[in-house]
Amino acid sequence: MAIEVRIPTILRSHTGGAKSVEATGATLDELIIDLDKRHPGLRDRLVDDSGLRRFVNVYLNDEDVRFLGGLATPVSDGDVLTVLPAVAGGAS
Amino acid sequence: MLTIDRATYDSIVAHARRDHPDEACGVVAGPAGSDRPLRFVPMTNAERSPTFYRFDSMEQFKVWKEMDDRDEEPVVIYHSHTATEAYPSRTDVSLASEPNAHYVLVSTRAPDTVEFRSYRIVDEVVTEEEVRLVSQEE
Repeated sequence: MAIEVRIPTILRSHTGGAKSVEATGATLDELIIDLDKRHPGLRDRLVDDSGLRRFVNVYLNDEDVRFLGGLATPVSDGDVLTVLPAVAGGAS
Repeated sequence: MLTIDRATYDSIVAHARRDHPDEACGVVAGPAGSDRPLRFVPMTNAERSPTFYRFDSMEQFKVWKEMDDRDEEPVVIYHSHTATEAYPSRTDVSLASEPNAHYVLVSTRAPDTVEFRSYRIVDEVVTEEEVRLVSQEE
């Protein structure tokens, strides 16, 4: 099973500049582990001890995975995963 | 240097004033690689806070997809500070994730004075840059 993963500019140093890469897995968690095997260091940019990093948005097709099942979200062949760093900040 | 037209500049300032005392945020998209901020896209501050902003995640997805389809990029990412100067805070710096964008900060702390400044934020290093206003015809 291959799933397309769209990589934002800031993480393309892990993918040799590629905008889009492939990975496999049955859940988002497995997918990210496989992604990290192919592109070492990526997992750490997406996940911490408590799950998906707070300021990273991950979308499965057109849905934010936070509203699906987080890392446990099932994924399947033909799905498209999009990673976008949250745009955030503020005076405090 | 950030080159921006007067109408877009005015739209950013007006958005910041309108949402005061909460922080306002948005992007100005432009053709990829052009460094020309042409399409003003005000965004919802999902935090609705006077000290924090975050683009609504679904709105961001939609807008980023739209830019991708149109071969655009976020040339400007702007937000306001409502009680402090128009300078990136530590939070702004640590969360900056678009190395190619001009980060515009507007302060609305003084009702009669416009504070509009622009920065590059790359690898947590802040570099202020000149803002050059042009008329739309230029």
